[in-house]
Order: sequence, then C-alpha cells, then structure tokens
Amino acid sequence: MNEKAITMQDALILGGKTFTSRFILGSGKYSLKLIEAAVRDAGAQMITLAVRRANTKEHENILDYIPEGVTLLPNTSGARTAEEAVRIAKLARELGCGNFVKVEIMRDSKYLLPDNQETIRATKLLANDGFVVMPYMYPDLNVARDLVNAGAAAVMPLASPIGSNKGLATREFIQILIDEIDLPIIVDAGIGRPSQACEAMEMGAAAIMANTALATAGDLPRMAMAFRQAIEAGRNAYLSGLGRVLVRGAAASDPLTGFLRD
Amino acid sequence: MENTFFVDSDALSPAVLEKKHRLETDPSARTDIMRYLDGMEQIDSDLLDRVLEQVNRYDPTQYTDRDVRNALQHETCSIEDLKALLSPAAEPFLEQMAQKARLETQKHFGNTVYLFTPLYIANYCENYCVYCGFNCYNHIHRMKLNMEQIEHEMQVIAESGMEEILLLTGESRGQSGPEYIGEACKLARKYFRMVGLEIYPVNTEEYRYLHECGADYVTVFQETYDAARYEQLHLLGHKRVFPYRFHAQERALRGGMRGVAAAALLGLSDFRKDALATALHVHFLQRKYPHAEMSLSCPRLRPIINNDRINPQDVHETQLCQIICAYRIFLPFAGITVSSRESESFRNGIVKIAATKVSAGVSTGIGDHESKYTGRQSDRPEGDEQFEISDDRSFSRMYRDIEQEGLQPVLNDYLYV
Repeated sequence: MNEKAITMQDALILGGKTFTSRFILGSGKYSLKLIEAAVRDAGAQMITLAVRRANTKEHENILDYIPEGVTLLPNTSGARTAEEAVRIAKLARELGCGNFVKVEIMRDSKYLLPDNQETIRATKLLANDGFVVMPYMYPDLNVARDLVNAGAAAVMPLASPIGSNKGLATREFIQILIDEIDLPIIVDAGIGRPSQACEAMEMGAAAIMANTALATAGDLPRMAMAFRQAIEAGRNAYLSGLGRVLVRGAAASDPLTGFLRD
Repeated sequence: MENTFFVDSDALSPAVLEKKHRLETDPSARTDIMRYLDGMEQIDSDLLDRVLEQVNRYDPTQYTDRDVRNALQHETCSIEDLKALLSPAAEPFLEQMAQKARLETQKHFGNTVYLFTPLYIANYCENYCVYCGFNCYNHIHRMKLNMEQIEHEMQVIAESGMEEILLLTGESRGQSGPEYIGEACKLARKYFRMVGLEIYPVNTEEYRYLHECGADYVTVFQETYDAARYEQLHLLGHKRVFPYRFHAQERALRGGMRGVAAAALLGLSDFRKDALATALHVHFLQRKYPHAEMSLSCPRLRPIINNDRINPQDVHETQLCQIICAYRIFLPFAGITVSSRESESFRNGIVKIAATKVSAGVSTGIGDHESKYTGRQSDRPEGDEQFEISDDRSFSRMYRDIEQEGLQPVLNDYLYV
C-alpha cells in the first residue's frame, strides 16, 4: 500500500464527518495569516473558534476568516462552570457555527488547566442536546471513561500547560488513554514542535491540536508544513506498527534462557 | 523636581480654606486611615498583611548583578527574583528583561493587543487626594451626565467601532451612587460587549448588583501601598480608609465579578516598593481566587487642571519599562494596561514587549466625546478632566498603528455569561 493510499483510507471520523487531515488548529492566538497557513500548509480541515472572540461586531469577526469547507470547532473558553459552557455552546450554534463543540472549562486563570469534573457535566448536558462534544481534559483514565459514558465524540487530553510549548509532559497518561479508550484521543495543548506532534501520533493519537507553536514561529507557512509532515509521519509509523526498538547497548550474545533444556 | 500638591482656589470660602489648610498641615486634624467608616464592609482576609510583610522587608539597594542574572535565568520567577528585577541593579539588564518579558507575553497572549476606551460619567468627588484633578477642593467644572447624555456618549463611542468600555466616576456616593452607576452599566451592555468599572470601592453586595447590571471587571488603584505616605496624600473622604480600598478587589470577586485590576500610581512614594506591592497584590489575589482574571495598570502621576507642576518624579520611561517587564516576568498570565497617560512612542514600544491592553480615543473629561470624536463643536455641557493625557490617538489610528507594528488589535475576547 503506498503512502497516499494509507492516507486516503485512514480517515478520522468525528460526528459523522470524515477528515483526512489530523491537524486541528487551536484558537489561542488568531490571525488571518495563521488560519491561511494552517489550511494551506498544514492541511487543517478543522479550526477551533473561540466564541468569545467571534462574538464581535464588524471590525474583525473571525467567522469571516474561516475558509469554505473547513469545519468549525467552537470552544467554550471563558466558561468556568458546566452551565456557562452550555450557554456558550448554544450561542455558537445560534451564530451558525454548527453542532461541534470543544468543551473548555477553566477555573484557573494562571495555567488555564481544565476542570475535569465540570467538563464531564458539560459533556453530558451538551451530548444530550445533540452536540458533537470534544472535551478538553487533564489526562485521567477515570475521567476519560466518564466522558465516554457522558457521550463525548472524542477525548482531548492536554500534553502540557496551554501555550507552554513544552511537549508531551503527560506522555504516560496519554498513552493509557490511547490504550484504554475507544474514542479518538486528540492531543491538545502544549505541543511546541513538530517532533512532539510526531511522537504523539506514533503513540496512537488520532489527531493533534496546536496553535501557539505555529502562531509564534518565525516562518509561519514553513512551520505549518512541518507540522503536517510530522503528523503524517507519526501516523504512518503508528499504522505500520513500530518495529524493534534497540535499547542502548548491544543485546546479550549468550541468551539468558540458554539453561532451558527442553 | 519636587511635587507641590497644594493649590488654593479663590472660589473657596475662608472657612473652607481654613479647614483645607488644617488638613494639609496638621496630622491630628485627620482621621485614622486604618479605621473603617460606618457602612464599610470588613472582610476576613490576610492579603494586606501578606503583601505588606514582603514590602516592608524589601530594600531595593540590597540586590546585585548576580541576583538579577539569576532571576533572568530562572524559569519560574519567585518573589525574591521579582525583588531583584525591580531593583536598581536590574536597570543595566533592561534589554534582557524586555526580551524575556516578550517571550512570556507571546506564550500567553500571542501578538494580540486589546483596545478599550474609558468613559467618565461624573466628576463629583468627596475626597481630598492632593494629586488628583477631581479632588473636592480643586475648582473645576463639575458635572454628572444624565442617562440620556450617557447613552449619547456611548453611541458616539460605539460608532467608532469600540467594543469594550470602562465606566469611571469621581468618588461621590452622594452624586453618583451605585444605582446611578448600575443604570449606566445597563445602558453600556446595549452598546458594548465588555463593561468594566473604575469607581469608588463598594461593598460585596453592591458589586454583585453592579455585576448583575452588566459590569464584569473592576479596577481599583491603591495609589500607594505605603500607608504612611497614603495618609499624607488622601486627607479627607472615604478614600482615606486604606484597608477598605485594598480589599476592594476581593469584595468585587466575591460579588461575582469576572476579573479585577490593581495599580499603584507611580511617583507618589518609593516606586520600586509600590511596584512590588502591586505585583504581590495580584499574585496573592490569583492564588486565592484562581478562577478570576487578573490585570495590572501602571499609571504615573500626571499634571492636573490648576496644577501643571505635578510629575512622576524619579519614574522615568526607563524605570516604567523596567517595572512593566518585571510585572510580565513575574505574572505572565496577567493583563497589563498602559493608558494614554503615556506617550505614543512609549505605548508603541511597550505593546511589543509586555502590554496587552491600551486605551484609545481617550477623554478624561465629562460628556465631551462628541466634540473630541467628531471635531464638531457640541452644544452639550462638558465637565473638566481628571488629568492631562499624553497619547491622544483616535480609535481608528490606534487600530491601524497596532497593525502596522505587526500586532493584532482585538476589540473583544469576552462573553458575559
């Protein structure tokens, strides 16, 4: 099977929609240039939209920046409780942003770490209301299971604090989610380099969400392209099945089990 | 240049002048700044003690090059690091501080700069704060806008494209009580996405009422955290009660406000200590109320009507830049507002380093937006200004200038939920 065929067959399906791209643009730092680069060079087919930023008058409405054919993923940033998240999601639907929603509930203005308990509650309320719910969460297996039961369409664990570009600080716990949860695991927040995105995809993540890493790059289009290539490389490696990984130092020449006689 | 704050007016009667002079010269004629007045809510909080404990121990001259270098290398800025960054020893490292501050700003805010405008709705004041143009003994044209006038001002501002407004009053409960301000908030919600307040401190339940009327952000300047100096500068009125003012942000958050801002008016006392106190005030507030949004302002003293000799003394642009960089490195998540008190060139420079919010289309007078925004002579009455501004750029020019600096102007990042 050639590379293209793998990509074509290997679609990510969320809320009944099929995505061939596994890069999702986050919403933290928006600009027209960033959205252009994300779509053209990183191949993004889904773009997060902070409803609180879209809810603006004519001067700089982000909705105007979103190209045709790109699925909007409105987020509930600014919400501090499940109820606030539900209100923001409903506002997004009224604004014509569709029925996808990324639940983000933070009660912490310093690190912007998600509140898992409120996130479970919001996921349940929104899933029952017909939303395709993609909750942003701190990677905890029990919470992920609750999110599955609450009707989430995917689970979005953070790799490290948002905006930090620190990479897979929660690697072991994300791996547990990938191994144990049947929904797509989309790694969100903290991915600072293409190599980190690649590593998460090798682990079996379904997609990567990033924003700051691109937004603060020197050459935005080139960095966007690098993310696309890294995500595709990681995905192909995962699908291929990672081969033998040599540990440092040579393998013992005398087998440890040589004493066995049968 | 030493500040001369006391100015007499011919309009004051001999009896009033005598009282004014007694307040100015005789400390025993003044009330205890630590004693709450009737009706002032006292909350249980150790924040003031925690801030002052650090500030009282702070001797900026004790810090060395080495402390500053260490502070710049640390990934997380400790309180000791902050003290080093605010010290005179850090001045030669200003460029490194700016570089580090810029990285932190980019991580947390990208290249965005928020725009807002203040709207003064009344300039009556019952306080005698010797450096302020609104002080009760300063002979200025007083005015309070009625609801029709407020709405007109808001329409003029909203037509410019602005989406965030900061409502301000002088400190007079008698002339501009909470209900009056609440009605103004309700009007503001019709025209703006985000409504902030910079009014006299009120009790928790009054903040709750104002929040329900549409306000969501409360700014209170402590002016100076040096209680002894505070006593010499705020001679009369509710504002004289130092701890009631200090605890305003906590009451606002308990009343349901989404965010708060704090500031010292730099130039009133030892600016390094005041900057430390402001940063720690925000730091401890954030630890106690982690859900709340925090921001800082960094105003310097400005000339006022009837006294053009007021100046920020030893806080020059270099020191102000040092303070703002230190704020950013210590509080990477906090919004930093730089007002039109500062020059166009300073504001253009500081938004590239650390400031995340700037005002535009500013007037500190009452009811004069139409004449200032359209250039047309308005037949509406106007009230005098609180202080002279320096950067008088209009909203559209500010928007364009920010874009030309390679930054992204943002008008609204907010939902009232």
